[in-house]
Amino acid sequence: MKHLLAVDDLAELDTSGPVATSLRTGIESMLDLTASFVEVTQRDIPKVPALRGKTVVSLFYEDSTRTRLSFEAAAKRLGADTMTFSVATSSVNKGESLLDTVQTIEAMGVHAIVVRHSAAGAPHRVASWTSASVVNAGDGRHEHPTQALLDAFTLRRHRGPSLDGCRVAIVGDIANSRVARSNVVALRALGCDLTLVGPPTLMPSRIDGWPVAVSYDLDDVLADVDVVYLLRIQLERIDANGADVRFPTLREYSARWGLTAPRAARLKPDTLVMHPGPMNRGVEIAAEVADSVRSLVTEQVANGVAVRMAVLWSLVGSGGPVV
Amino acid sequence: MSELVLAGGRVIDETGERVGDVRIVDGLIAEVGPRLSASAGALVLDSEGCVVAPGLVDIHVHFREPGREDAETIETGARAAALGGCTAVVCMPNTEPPLDDAAVVQAVLERGRRAACAVHVAACITKGRHGTELAPMGELYDLGVRMFTDDGDCVADARVMRGAFEYLGALAGSVLAQHAEDPALVHGGHMHEGAWSARLGIPGRPAEAESSIVGRDLALAKLTGGRYHVMHVSSGQTVELVRAAKAAGVRVTAECTPQHLVLTDGACAEFDPVFKMNPPLREQHDVDALRAGLTDGTIDAVATDHAPHAPETKASPFEEAPAGMLGVETGLAVVLSTLVEPGVVSIGAALGALSWRPARISGLDAYGHGGPVSIGRPANLCVIDPTLRWVVDAHRLASRATNSPWHEWKLTGKVRHTLLDGLPTVRDGELNQ
Amino acid sequence: MHARDDAANTKRPGTDDPGPMGEGHVASGAPVVLRTRVFDADDLRRALTRIAHEIVERNHGAANVVLVGLYTRGVALSRRLAVAIESFEGVAVPVGALDVSFYRDDIGLRPVVPLGPTEVPDVSGKVVVLVDDVLFTGRTARAALDALLELGRPRAVQLAVLVDRGHRELPLRADFVGKNLPTRAVEDVRVRLREVDVGNDGVELWGPPEGAS
Repeated sequence: MKHLLAVDDLAELDTSGPVATSLRTGIESMLDLTASFVEVTQRDIPKVPALRGKTVVSLFYEDSTRTRLSFEAAAKRLGADTMTFSVATSSVNKGESLLDTVQTIEAMGVHAIVVRHSAAGAPHRVASWTSASVVNAGDGRHEHPTQALLDAFTLRRHRGPSLDGCRVAIVGDIANSRVARSNVVALRALGCDLTLVGPPTLMPSRIDGWPVAVSYDLDDVLADVDVVYLLRIQLERIDANGADVRFPTLREYSARWGLTAPRAARLKPDTLVMHPGPMNRGVEIAAEVADSVRSLVTEQVANGVAVRMAVLWSLVGSGGPVV
Repeated sequence: MSELVLAGGRVIDETGERVGDVRIVDGLIAEVGPRLSASAGALVLDSEGCVVAPGLVDIHVHFREPGREDAETIETGARAAALGGCTAVVCMPNTEPPLDDAAVVQAVLERGRRAACAVHVAACITKGRHGTELAPMGELYDLGVRMFTDDGDCVADARVMRGAFEYLGALAGSVLAQHAEDPALVHGGHMHEGAWSARLGIPGRPAEAESSIVGRDLALAKLTGGRYHVMHVSSGQTVELVRAAKAAGVRVTAECTPQHLVLTDGACAEFDPVFKMNPPLREQHDVDALRAGLTDGTIDAVATDHAPHAPETKASPFEEAPAGMLGVETGLAVVLSTLVEPGVVSIGAALGALSWRPARISGLDAYGHGGPVSIGRPANLCVIDPTLRWVVDAHRLASRATNSPWHEWKLTGKVRHTLLDGLPTVRDGELNQ
Repeated sequence: MHARDDAANTKRPGTDDPGPMGEGHVASGAPVVLRTRVFDADDLRRALTRIAHEIVERNHGAANVVLVGLYTRGVALSRRLAVAIESFEGVAVPVGALDVSFYRDDIGLRPVVPLGPTEVPDVSGKVVVLVDDVLFTGRTARAALDALLELGRPRAVQLAVLVDRGHRELPLRADFVGKNLPTRAVEDVRVRLREVDVGNDGVELWGPPEGAS
């Protein structure tokens, strides 16, 4: 596996045994690897020299402090050196093209580039311009593979190593969610039964071929699910010029598709609640639900570093002969 | 007196096919027949095994001059067209400044006089292509313009479109051509709205954005009796509308691009912006419907929508890159390889769609293009080797740009010679400087 | 920390550890056949018993000793040593398991996969005895030392191996050795333990077929 641009790429994970025969074994290998790194992060000295001498660059065209810090922590805990190009700190020159920026980075000699961009496919372009490994940290509405991995890892910690038959409802703005796309691929590969829930205007226009059920009625779905995965309503992705034709008001969205306290009370006792963060408390999730014992949100964040260590290790450390 | 002989080929034009050499004297066709003997001092161009046809007429190209000469100029675009077998092209008016004004049109026509093919233009329907006020179409008509379009943009206001239809009723031989994409429905979209856009997370442009505009325009054409031309048809829905309208006697013609006859939205799976264009590549059933439309005459012409972009602009993420593909140099070869060779369309029908039918739609037949290969007519011809296999290298095309979706495709069929008014612009597959 | 039933210990039953630091593997990949059975199950048991006694003797008792086994077979050996020490000394010596994968010096040169969870008890002020099956180039022992010293500050570190086959590439030596076995570089030392491998305990020497160099 040279790059992690989409969850599907894990089907090529070389586990040093036979190459992964399926996406499922590739994902599971990555999650097993993550467990080793969780242990490292819990030591007094939470660091190993596994990637010493390697350089990992963050190329973040979208503002995201949490994800960026998570990747940088992961790289540093593997002993790698890090560099940051971030639009938030203006070190990404807005006049400079993506190609020019990548060529500049190449010239410095890097082993991995972590890319986050508001346009789908940007990491794919970067991968075509560099010999380094590329990790997709979120590209437009397309995918966010490490998020799906940390979600699956967190879920397995609670539901056991096998997720076969685990019923998951993914709720919210599916059409515009890269987290949803990655999770549909990953959780399905691991055997989950998926239902997408939300208003019709937020469902992808053509969902034929997706291995999911679709429902517009959250109440209908809640009684049976094992996991409710809530997506953030993405205020920054709506078209600023046009009328908002997704739903009339946030209040209406929340009333019909939000995980309110009364709805949470109707869940099975062992149903879990997940969210990729950051949460719009009071919109897709009630504050008290977000803080309840069902909620795995803080664990998801905590596991993010270990997952990203496993990914960087797989791409940069444990691979084949250095060319 | 200068003489040129095309020896060893077979002639195909709208009257049919016959084996014959062609003798050209002082730029006009002088004789057509088997095994002609050339006079002393005549230039003989080997056309053994080749098809000799009227030069191709690409009625939809963007040569970017004035304004974006970094992507293409009239000179480089015309060279690419000549290599593609064209003796004439119609340039679209979305230049900077746009072709909505007599002075700019005159300048472009002047630049085109020295080019490797005849350069004609379409002019804007509305001032600045803003879609609100009519451009001075009468003045532009007097300069020879017959096709009017805001191409690049759609005239979305029905009242403006109606007014344009009615006004052009006074300008004989003129045609109103629409880039059919309802701006409200395509807003924010970058590829076809379908299963692929849903999977890739790229907002889409539904086929209905095209068909809804065409449906409305056809109603207006019927209402006003106007002449309407649908540019770059991309969807089966549109083909059906055009078919029904023709049957009902509406004065409508239609064109489509080679890429829409071959490629689908799956080509975007790797997020390569080379495959981004407006209207977008759609689904296999749309490709099939376009092919059926070409076969039954619903689609009259194949026009490439040659759209060069400076390489650095295409080297960006899919959603940020400009839309458009190169096409004028490869259009004929793509049609021959993907449609003629497998027997979907006969070579005569293909040449009709590439040469004499677009010539008539655009009025360029009056300038001697596309017409039959017969005595007395100007020698605007192309000589095609239909069996020559070659591999497209996007970096070695004559265009200044390199955004060709056919890069590394193995094609069958290539232009050997192109004659413009009897003079070779392309000889033995190379530009004749 | 006590030995416990650990599925990870049998992650790859019957297979050899990969890699140049994985002792007992022929670098060239040339075909090898069994040449000698160096230890049978009884020999192995006696050697371990002797090592257990030596550890206790050298450290004047088992009170301050912690055994840390290196994945994969070193972990099994360390648990056997703990059982032996408890049987004759009456002291339950803490046992840990150490994965040195992230400390290897050949990362990036070949695929490296972590072999098991590192679980090492508190080593501050203790004498840590690292336990491995075969000592060869010394690179695994070097990595183990680096890994261990990041986990705590032992009073001293000693090294116990079942077989020392020579060919050191680093200036390291073992404190406790089950058997000194001079080998040629083309040969392969294979330790079989029933916790990890199919069949009986033993130590085997493999090499190129008779007649080949």
